[in-house]
Amino acid sequence: MINSTSFLIVLRFILLVLVQVLVFNKLNFFGYINPLIYILFLYWYPIKQNRTTFIILCFFLGLCVDIFSDTLAINAAATVTIAYLRPTIMRFVFGVNYEFQSFKLNNSTKAQQFTFLALLIIIHHLVYFTLEIFSFSNSLLILRKTLTVGVSTLILGILFSTLFSSKKE
Amino acid sequence: MQQIINFLIRYKIFLLYLFLLLISFIFTFQSHSYHQSKFLNSSNYVTGSIYTFSDNITSYFGLREENNKLVEENKKLRDKLFNNVLLSPLKIDSTSIDYEVVRGRVINNSYADQRNYITINKGKNDSIVQDMGVITDKGILGIVENTSDNFSTVQSILSDKSNINAKIKNSNNFGSLVWENTTDYNVVQLIDIPRLVPLTIGDTIVTGAMSSIFPENIPIGTIKRFDLDNSKSFYFIDVELFNDMTNIDNIYIIRNLNRKEVLELEAETEAND
Repeated sequence: MINSTSFLIVLRFILLVLVQVLVFNKLNFFGYINPLIYILFLYWYPIKQNRTTFIILCFFLGLCVDIFSDTLAINAAATVTIAYLRPTIMRFVFGVNYEFQSFKLNNSTKAQQFTFLALLIIIHHLVYFTLEIFSFSNSLLILRKTLTVGVSTLILGILFSTLFSSKKE
Repeated sequence: MQQIINFLIRYKIFLLYLFLLLISFIFTFQSHSYHQSKFLNSSNYVTGSIYTFSDNITSYFGLREENNKLVEENKKLRDKLFNNVLLSPLKIDSTSIDYEVVRGRVINNSYADQRNYITINKGKNDSIVQDMGVITDKGILGIVENTSDNFSTVQSILSDKSNINAKIKNSNNFGSLVWENTTDYNVVQLIDIPRLVPLTIGDTIVTGAMSSIFPENIPIGTIKRFDLDNSKSFYFIDVELFNDMTNIDNIYIIRNLNRKEVLELEAETEAND
């Protein structure tokens, strides 16, 4: 079933990995801030799709970024976690009505979109930096990195999602 | 049986999640405990080619600066040549050399993570193997960790797994070079130097003779700050690197021709114990 949606997803997958590893991994803002912009894939992914495919795709998305940045496999672990938690987060943010056929991300309020993206980023970054630093004696460092990198990802994520918004009215 | 199948179907998403998470954890723990995974690293064909492609574009922006660096290094070598530091450089006996140097280029560099890796454009086809030292004209950079046909990944000294023998220049007091404060990419730490050793801020730190990877006396950095560690009998020294780790382009890979012999001898000695 190759249709425009699948094509768009594959294209997004490849472009986000390339943008992540070739641009944002080399940003090193203030020395260590590299926004993990590729998780916009989960933000944009259609809601009413097979969850199994979605989780497997996200695993490979994380793994691709891992292979490029030699961080096996903490991106994959973090991404698969938010992929699993995404329906829970959406129910929390949008209420039950996100399960309806007519629901679209663009129809929700700006505040809801913002909260959704922020929650995805916080959970992802928390898992990511916990696994990267991997010691509880450095929990302050984990929190600091989660916060600073998270804020930068959030700002860029909002910019990107506004820039490539499919709404044309 | 029916119930087990029902259970599996009901919780298949959760089980799939656990399964994938487990795979990632296995990879993570493997990379924590020992070398990176053999195949899934940035020295493989696809990632190497993409990094080469991007490096081919971006390297043009730093050409002038890179040329200056190379001219500067040539100048240093010429200084040595004219002052006869290298005695009769044209008559080096090829049977008595211990080290061979291969030149390479960095195609991907990272310094913001806990374990930083550098990808270079030389691999098995250039006889690069694991555990060869990598340096720049200013100082040491890291150790080759994985190789593919045309690319290698280098474990940077900016890695919490890194541990390199180092000493204070013109003395034989050696210690281990590690990276403990993992947020500052200009400073590494030298530990296990006894407190009896006289130290001054600004002293030069070079590689020691205890390693079969690096030749002795390759510059590393200068002492920025020193203090006694918790046991009060060893120093904990902050070393400011000569290398600007954020800006590395041309590198040299060092092959120790005696390494195999040294390792065999050491293994034999250990086996005899």
